Amino acid sequence: MSQIHVTTQINGDATEFLCDPGETLMDVLRDRLGLTGTKEGCGTGDCGACTVAVDGRLVCSCLMLGAEAEGRDVATIEGMASGDQLHPLQQKFIEMAALQCGICTPGILVAAKSLLERNPDPTEEEVRYWLAGNLCRCTGYDKIIRAVLETAADMRRAS
Amino acid sequence: MALDDTKKTRDFKVIGTRPDRPDGIDKVTGRARFGADMVLPGMLTGRVLRSPHAHARIRSIDTSKAEALSGVKAVVTRADFDAVPDDMADILDNCMAGEKALYDGHAVAAVAATSAAVARRALKLIEVDCEVLPHVTDVDAAMEADAPVLHDGRQQETVPEGMSQNVIARSEFGHGDVEAGLAKADRVVARTFRTAATHQGYIEPHACVATMSSDGQGDLWVCTQGHYMVRNTCAAILGLEQGQLRVTASEIGGGFGGKTAVFLEPVALMLARKSGRPVKMVMSRSEVLRASGPTSSTSIDVRIGMTKGGRITAGMAELRYQGGAWPGSPVDMGAMSAFAPYDLENVKTIGWDVVTNRPKAAAYRAPGAPMAAFAVESTIDELARGFGLDPLEVRLMNGADEGTKASYGPTYPAIGLKATLEAAKAHPHWTAPLGENQGRGVACGFWFNFGGDTCVSLNITPDGTVTVSEGNPDIGGSRASMTMMAAEELGIPYDQVRTIIADTGSLGQNEVTDGSRVTFAVGLATIEAARAAKREMCRRAAMVWGIDEDAVDWEDGAARPAGPNAGKFPPMTLKEIAAIASNTGGPIAGHHEVNAEGAGVSFATHMVDVELDRETGSTKILRYTVLQDAGKAVHPSYVEGQFQGGAVQGIGWALNEEYIYGKDGVLQNPGFLDYRIPVASDLPMIDTVILEIPNPGHPYGVRGVGETSIVPPLAAIANAVSQAAGVRMTDLPLSPPKVLSALRGNAGA
Repeated sequence: MSQIHVTTQINGDATEFLCDPGETLMDVLRDRLGLTGTKEGCGTGDCGACTVAVDGRLVCSCLMLGAEAEGRDVATIEGMASGDQLHPLQQKFIEMAALQCGICTPGILVAAKSLLERNPDPTEEEVRYWLAGNLCRCTGYDKIIRAVLETAADMRRAS
Repeated sequence: MALDDTKKTRDFKVIGTRPDRPDGIDKVTGRARFGADMVLPGMLTGRVLRSPHAHARIRSIDTSKAEALSGVKAVVTRADFDAVPDDMADILDNCMAGEKALYDGHAVAAVAATSAAVARRALKLIEVDCEVLPHVTDVDAAMEADAPVLHDGRQQETVPEGMSQNVIARSEFGHGDVEAGLAKADRVVARTFRTAATHQGYIEPHACVATMSSDGQGDLWVCTQGHYMVRNTCAAILGLEQGQLRVTASEIGGGFGGKTAVFLEPVALMLARKSGRPVKMVMSRSEVLRASGPTSSTSIDVRIGMTKGGRITAGMAELRYQGGAWPGSPVDMGAMSAFAPYDLENVKTIGWDVVTNRPKAAAYRAPGAPMAAFAVESTIDELARGFGLDPLEVRLMNGADEGTKASYGPTYPAIGLKATLEAAKAHPHWTAPLGENQGRGVACGFWFNFGGDTCVSLNITPDGTVTVSEGNPDIGGSRASMTMMAAEELGIPYDQVRTIIADTGSLGQNEVTDGSRVTFAVGLATIEAARAAKREMCRRAAMVWGIDEDAVDWEDGAARPAGPNAGKFPPMTLKEIAAIASNTGGPIAGHHEVNAEGAGVSFATHMVDVELDRETGSTKILRYTVLQDAGKAVHPSYVEGQFQGGAVQGIGWALNEEYIYGKDGVLQNPGFLDYRIPVASDLPMIDTVILEIPNPGHPYGVRGVGETSIVPPLAAIANAVSQAAGVRMTDLPLSPPKVLSALRGNAGA
């Protein structure tokens, strides 16, 4: 079966790639484009480790075909910091020990960033439900939730 | 190495602070390289064909069609492996089936191909001719005399004659006279408890990249809790010399004990050897659940006698753990830990190790202990409540202390159990009001903690910064802890030290990251390595000053003349000594190699509030508090993280998680949708209280903290649910249907 040529934008960069018709966006990102910050935890959309934003909407990249990225705007963890300037969520996760092994961290950060863009003042419950699709097995979520809430407070103060 | 004499007056500068972890930026930017993130030139993709049957005799495997497929570079079956040493036979058998497939998911063949798509097609072309055999997956059913038998001739002499061959071993622990003790009780409660098998549930599936040359040299990149173990095991299975196989540990995306064994690695090396190309293998989530991990399912009988004043007169437990298809369930550790928190005159536990047609049990955080604690702590709770006694007071009255002869043999040195109970009593959680349909449970937990073989090398660079090389994968912040201990000992800032995880070619043997051993044992070796470097730096300074080296002290990051020479020379800082090292004898380093002993045991008390939904039977965790002895918390944030993570894994075990096998012996829920681990919206914040009762076996008093936190939750939650439901809950998980049926039974009674 011949490959499909896809033109898209990834983290603001115009990007072209060839992929198999059945290949997921996650596999394209990881295996063809070297963007291995997007993680595979399950391949069935249950763990959220492969979360990316497509046209500003969160998707599990394991549930989307690479070919569907045609003409879209894809944001991955690799685009979250600006050069050496970490996003406030990234900084806060380090400061507050909101990661242990770190495998779920990229997906959670991408998801949390999307939450704060929509809702700069979420309640604890809103953060918990927003992140309910991102599994973390190490932390028990406590420090993750606190880091998101505290980042939101910092960002509100700064704006 | 004993606790420093100066402990009482010691004023730590770095230990106890909360610096940023050294791998933090890599992990929040996606740069950190985990198992599946490695790419090598010319790399092939390896895939495994797995048994769809729970139990089958393999008559023959025809790989010719797969081998003929374009893009297939190697196919491997058991026939490619030579006979291995006895202690490796079960491991190889699990990595690649021999005469029989012993569980749903058992590997029977593997291919390496130029793409994943080709590899998948090749697997479909492999023809396995097999005879399906009767199977057994339940622990009690497997012990019955007429149960299908997995192995002949593996039963040990400890097992009485006439029992099923699936019963591999019997163990016994305890002291005193249980029957006499029970006779003195005002009440004896006897109950049977059951727990389902659960998986460690790390989010990163197993992954590795192998390279093998025809000269017997190999390289392996792998996500593991112990790359030295991987090296030694793979070398034995492939007939290599250990020094010829270099294993590098990737960043590890969770393990919890499940990455202390090999699964893909010997197969990947064999595929690499046959193909002459690097081979990458990554498990899917369903492969992880079907063929790696889990821990035992169990069935446990408990009898405990108590006076009406609350004193336990005797305790007895008989524990049956199935450990999957080969011997080695963690039943001994369950039997040893069951009554470990208590000071008992009469105690006995019996453990039965049983095989079933399930994946081989791997270690899971305090292996064997949570189920035993569930049974014992539930029974104590029932007795205490039956007498109208405070469950914390009952535990304090019976609790172990320094000098207590533990139920499993040793006599305890200074321990923290009672400190955690007193802290629980004083915590506002304990006296907060409860509402309708709510219950509060408490339970204690114990874990042994391990030490083991450890090497650390600490090098002073020419510019006076410090590198620490250690051999234990960092599973939750241990590079930060080692950096802190090195900085503390050398008297220099945290940011002047960088710790790396060295490959197997760079250090001697290191035990796997298990048993909560790393902060204790690697920390101890790091401190000793720093002390060796300090001695050498003092010697160099003495040489420069022309004084006796014994007359130099190390303080605040500098060598200082001491004794009669005190004040005669200005101090020489670490950086100044490093700068002239080449002229004073060459590079400066310290290293330490030890089989670390003195890992202090660890205790915790957990307290939890739940609310039951009487319509659906679902349980909501309202409030949770962990109180645990850390000895000395090196980086308190990561200690809290261990407490919280263990508690939440325990919550999953208590409420949701279970391996569900169909009548056909096939796992019915091999995915995160149906094997449901806790998500953020299931939980409240997890409050933590760190107690610090110094471990006499560590210079700073450190105890392992990682495992104890999963021991109490099963019982604490079951006690809370039992209180709210008005029915004693004895069968985990406490899924909504079970709770509903208990509530209805109670309402009807």
